[in-house]
Amino acid sequence: MTSAGRKKMGEHESTRSLVLAGVGGQGTITAANLLANALVAHGYDVKTSEVHGMAQRGGSVISMVRYGPLVASPLVPRGGADALVSTELLETLRYVDFLVPGGTVISSRARVDPLSVLQGAAAYPEDVEERVLKLVPGSIFVDAADIAAKAGDSRAANTVLLGILSPQLVVDEEEWLEVIERHVPDKALDANRNAFLAGRGIAKERQ
Amino acid sequence: MPERRLMTGNEAIALGAHHAGALFASAYPGTPSTEILEFFSRLDGVYGEWAPNEKVALEAAIGACIGGVRSLAAMKHVGLNVAADPWFTAPYIGVSGGLLVVSADDPEMHSSQNEQDNRYYAKAAKVPMLEPADSQEAYDLTREAYRMSERFDTPVLLRVTTRVCHSRSIVQTREPERAETRPYEKNEVKRVMIPGHARLRHPVMVERLARMEEFSSEFPYQRAERGAGDAVVVTSGIAYQYVKEAFPGVSILKLAMTNPLPRGLISEFCEQFKDVYVVEELEPYLEEGVAALGLWPRGKDSVPRVGELNVDNVRSAFPELAGPNPAPEHLPEIEGLPARPPILCAGCPHRGIMYSLARLKAIIAGDIGCYTLSVLPPLSAHDCQVCMGASITMGHGLEKALELAAGESEEEGASSHRVVSVLGDSTFFHSGVTGLMEMAYNQGRFTVVILDNRTTAMTGFQDHPGTGITLQKDHSVSVDMEMLARSLGIKNVRVVDPYDLGECRAVLEEEMNRDAPSVVISRRACVLRDKAARRAAYAVIREACNDCGLCLGIACPALVKRGDEIMILPDTCTGCGVCAQVCRHEAIKPGQEGGIQ
Repeated sequence: MTSAGRKKMGEHESTRSLVLAGVGGQGTITAANLLANALVAHGYDVKTSEVHGMAQRGGSVISMVRYGPLVASPLVPRGGADALVSTELLETLRYVDFLVPGGTVISSRARVDPLSVLQGAAAYPEDVEERVLKLVPGSIFVDAADIAAKAGDSRAANTVLLGILSPQLVVDEEEWLEVIERHVPDKALDANRNAFLAGRGIAKERQ
Repeated sequence: MPERRLMTGNEAIALGAHHAGALFASAYPGTPSTEILEFFSRLDGVYGEWAPNEKVALEAAIGACIGGVRSLAAMKHVGLNVAADPWFTAPYIGVSGGLLVVSADDPEMHSSQNEQDNRYYAKAAKVPMLEPADSQEAYDLTREAYRMSERFDTPVLLRVTTRVCHSRSIVQTREPERAETRPYEKNEVKRVMIPGHARLRHPVMVERLARMEEFSSEFPYQRAERGAGDAVVVTSGIAYQYVKEAFPGVSILKLAMTNPLPRGLISEFCEQFKDVYVVEELEPYLEEGVAALGLWPRGKDSVPRVGELNVDNVRSAFPELAGPNPAPEHLPEIEGLPARPPILCAGCPHRGIMYSLARLKAIIAGDIGCYTLSVLPPLSAHDCQVCMGASITMGHGLEKALELAAGESEEEGASSHRVVSVLGDSTFFHSGVTGLMEMAYNQGRFTVVILDNRTTAMTGFQDHPGTGITLQKDHSVSVDMEMLARSLGIKNVRVVDPYDLGECRAVLEEEMNRDAPSVVISRRACVLRDKAARRAAYAVIREACNDCGLCLGIACPALVKRGDEIMILPDTCTGCGVCAQVCRHEAIKPGQEGGIQ
């Protein structure tokens, strides 16, 4: 049993798991890749799993990152994720059951209506934030796209969320920035670096 | 330079092939195999290409291996069906440079039409098979495969699955080998499979199989892990990872080479245990082999035969092995949430033409590509679909049948005019061309619509013979689709703009009613690819709109019904204008400077 916030994730013997959720095209795979590389740089064994192909055309997508001394399965079991990072509200609610009791939710307040909602055939749950907070007290919801826009590019919303997650991991700021520099293309680098630091700042304020 | 870094399985296969000295690779894109060739083609000193289809890719790789270089053909599981013809005879002729075939299977059908288990292809063709369980093994076993191929004079199958291809894990690379290019030597008795020669070669394969089986028992990547208890689990590939986590400390026989099965090793190791279990994804391939040794294993009586495995379903298959290692408790699954299936993007050029066909009540024989998503309501614009290229040929049979049935009932055969085959440009080049020949030669009278979006979109925008750009980004010739169709004997070949619904409807109606075969090319570049073609967002004129909802019928993610009101999401809209043409109240107009709200 973990209790978030006391001991940093990674100061443990067993495998730890992170789930990144969103809508195809929102950069979930990119964020998972940054996260995984930061953890490798820190010396962990790391495995990720991602979804390509048909599932990416605006569908619900989920990427998984697992790390520890030695990781076996690349898939996170339900009830096994220490944190859920999500770029879309409905997807946050959809995958909240991946969390371990006491796990962390970091979610964008972005709303992307699925087709059934756009067409008026289904209702988008209006109370995601309240429902998730009730299930997982301490969940963090932010207007990630706005924060990213101020940092230089609204598309770096996923990097803002990584920044918010970052103080919970043992990877230090310098290592994070190095990984961002190495893996983000030049033209998007400044925006992503700033987005990451903005997110990290938010997390530190909340501590 | 040896390095240690995170790689996907696909990247590790590409790098493993490169470090084994492979110089030639050919593939047709298909999830989850696509990135193997994308990575490979970027490496130094190699040649990689997109072939029109998997049969072509494998044949080209066979040719390259006869030419003396280590070669690679990569494909998704159903691609090996297309390549099955060369696949079964390639092991007769053997190799000169090593030949590796990668089959990327897709349990759970994340992006596929079936979940066939291609391990049986290795067995059926007497080809040795390796199954990596992570990226490190993907790298190592790819390198081993080339040695094995040349040592036993046979192609080798590397069988991977989605969770190996699209998982990242750490790979420690090793010094690359410089494979000797073998000089070309004529040897027609070995390489020309007339019956007289093939009869000489088949016994060689049988004898080779026996030698490979011995090798399989000695192969260092076969791993017997002795743990606690009197049970052993036989497993391979990604299933091994789930077993390790679900049953910590159990004895495991993890097989990396699964054809021929190392029967000696399996017997020797498993006989030391009271209970033998087999955990594998999809079919009971290993289980059949283990059972044939008289070991009475447990397996598919409890392990799912459908879909992917994971730690949870492996654990609950055999709880007696899990010990004090319960499944984690978790929050209840949230029910009743709106699903989010993949959809056609805003501005997708497939939308206008599929909408037009649905309005004309066409019977649509469809194909494999993004456009298959139009089967979902409200477009509901697909009637049947089976595999790459089948749209035209199925449409042909369907039209003939409707005509025959109508002839018998002595009614007008009008319904056969409703048959329309729909396929994308890349799919057309893959295996639609022969279908078009069938239609022309056998006097089909239906209409084929080629959705020419100038790319292979679903797999991530790969070039193809119609774009005139190669995998290595060289400018080449591009196929003239209209001229090709005409040369096959189709006299009526028309091109329409799928953003122009009036034109689509008029041309389709005319061609569907024609008593002759026709081809309609719906030509417009994929909107994700051609960002320059985006126009200002459209907007709903509130006073003119009566919220009838007709525009929602095109299933565009930029059109939204909020309460009773219909509006357009300006950030999503690409300005294709299809919705404006559907509206009967002239209530949708292009956005202007300052914007209409």
